[in-house]
Amino acid sequence: MYLYPIWVRLWHLFNAILIIVLIVTGVSMQYTDKPDTILMVGFARAVKWHNIAAVLLTVNYIFFVTGNMFTDNGRFYKIRKGNFTSDLWKQMKYYSVGMFKGEKHPFPVIPDRKFNPLQKLTYVLAMYVAFPLLIISGLGLLFPETVISRFLGISGMILTDILHITMGFFLSLFMVIHIYTCTLGARPTSLFKSILSGYHVSEDH
Amino acid sequence: MTSAVIRYLYLLLIIYLLSGISAFASESEKPQAGTVDSITFISPFYEDNERCFKCHGQKTYEYENENLERKVKALMFSERVIDRNKFYQSNHKSFSCTDCHSADYVKFPHPGELRMEQMYNCIDCHGGDEKFAQFNFEEIESEYQKSTHFQLEKEGFSCWECHGPHSYKLNIRNSSDLKETIIYDNNICLKCHSNYDQFQLLSDKDEINILQKHDWLPNQETHFKSVRCIECHSQINDTILVSHLILPVENAVQKCNECHSQNSILMSTLYKFQSKEQRKDGFLNGIILNQSYVIGANRNEYLNIISLLIFTVVVLIIGIHIYFRVTRK
Repeated sequence: MYLYPIWVRLWHLFNAILIIVLIVTGVSMQYTDKPDTILMVGFARAVKWHNIAAVLLTVNYIFFVTGNMFTDNGRFYKIRKGNFTSDLWKQMKYYSVGMFKGEKHPFPVIPDRKFNPLQKLTYVLAMYVAFPLLIISGLGLLFPETVISRFLGISGMILTDILHITMGFFLSLFMVIHIYTCTLGARPTSLFKSILSGYHVSEDH
Repeated sequence: MTSAVIRYLYLLLIIYLLSGISAFASESEKPQAGTVDSITFISPFYEDNERCFKCHGQKTYEYENENLERKVKALMFSERVIDRNKFYQSNHKSFSCTDCHSADYVKFPHPGELRMEQMYNCIDCHGGDEKFAQFNFEEIESEYQKSTHFQLEKEGFSCWECHGPHSYKLNIRNSSDLKETIIYDNNICLKCHSNYDQFQLLSDKDEINILQKHDWLPNQETHFKSVRCIECHSQINDTILVSHLILPVENAVQKCNECHSQNSILMSTLYKFQSKEQRKDGFLNGIILNQSYVIGANRNEYLNIISLLIFTVVVLIIGIHIYFRVTRK
């Protein structure tokens, strides 16, 4: 089943590479006291590459939103009230209990349903809540003169900084969970293959 | 229908953002309104000092030329012009001119040999005086004598090259606005280091282009606005507030981590005074964060712990999930 058009795969590939660069350089800037630790990048280099990757990520994000606006890929991200909460519960039960009992996937992938309810919710939160906040706060840190100096008696930079690292942390966490849940396909590697080839292998083969 | 409207609005937003970015790139910095100081101090020597300020208080002066039998108006040498307002706001505002300068100056024309008069240095008045013990002038003097300024130009250099006796005022101790202190302090260095005419008075070296020399520094402008030259160009001394041991250029701090880290040297330099007085609020180096934002130097300890906990829980859940996947297959 052809599920991931080429533009989605390209966007996803760039997004993955840039996010990894941003996590490594971001952590390097935050924990500068341990420059010799594995994967840590020197401060000057970390700042430079964090800025470059961030600008590219922003462009890539605009590409993603535009793509979702003007193609039918956007429909996968629309949450309709209906049974959403109970569907979400079903999916969570499947992941925590059902799948170990050999139960069938409650929301198997079909051309009109790429994401299960839990997936949909986390993707919407990540792409339409965390990402915009991350990008806006990041731009604030890149251009400090645009940040209001004080808000409710607290330095605007503190708030921007906290917002940025919190969103960065949640998206890093998302990435870890995202990679793990991607081993839950027909075989542990099949979903990774899908996002590269575009073709989805059904779980119920 | 609605989705078409949303798409149209989205396109407008993108166009607006793009035009905003280009406008931002070309926007020139707006001049900031200068601070206006009101002078409330009235010197007991005001009248006496006016005898000097009458000529030295502005760029031109007038005198009665007895030979020509007429009034002559002439330009005052710029170096000999003293700004009244700055003087009466300075630390030496309560002085009479003749406390430091010879009383013979009251004669006009001034006797020629007065030009050779010996000037006092800081330590001449402030040394060994308990009233000034908190400033530790003796240590300042000994640091200064080790500094590259004194070492390179023992004859020409004196306290007054940096601290104008007629305008100097204590700054960082009384500062409520660190940005202004930074400008004030950096201007002391720039007086010579960005003005070759001044620089030549004390050095035979070629002109130094400060901006080019600091090309390696990322976000140069932000750095220049946020820290003082001496943060990197002097050696920290715990017994005095402002280090006076200016280092040779090759010993300047060049590693980002020296400031951008948990053990930021800024805590012992720029933020030294406040760091003794303020608390942390859960932030590592909270003082730095209260004044400005130094990446890597301030982290919130609580957020650190919470994030580590959340991460551990997630990894544990994944581990348990893997375990059940393997065992219940």
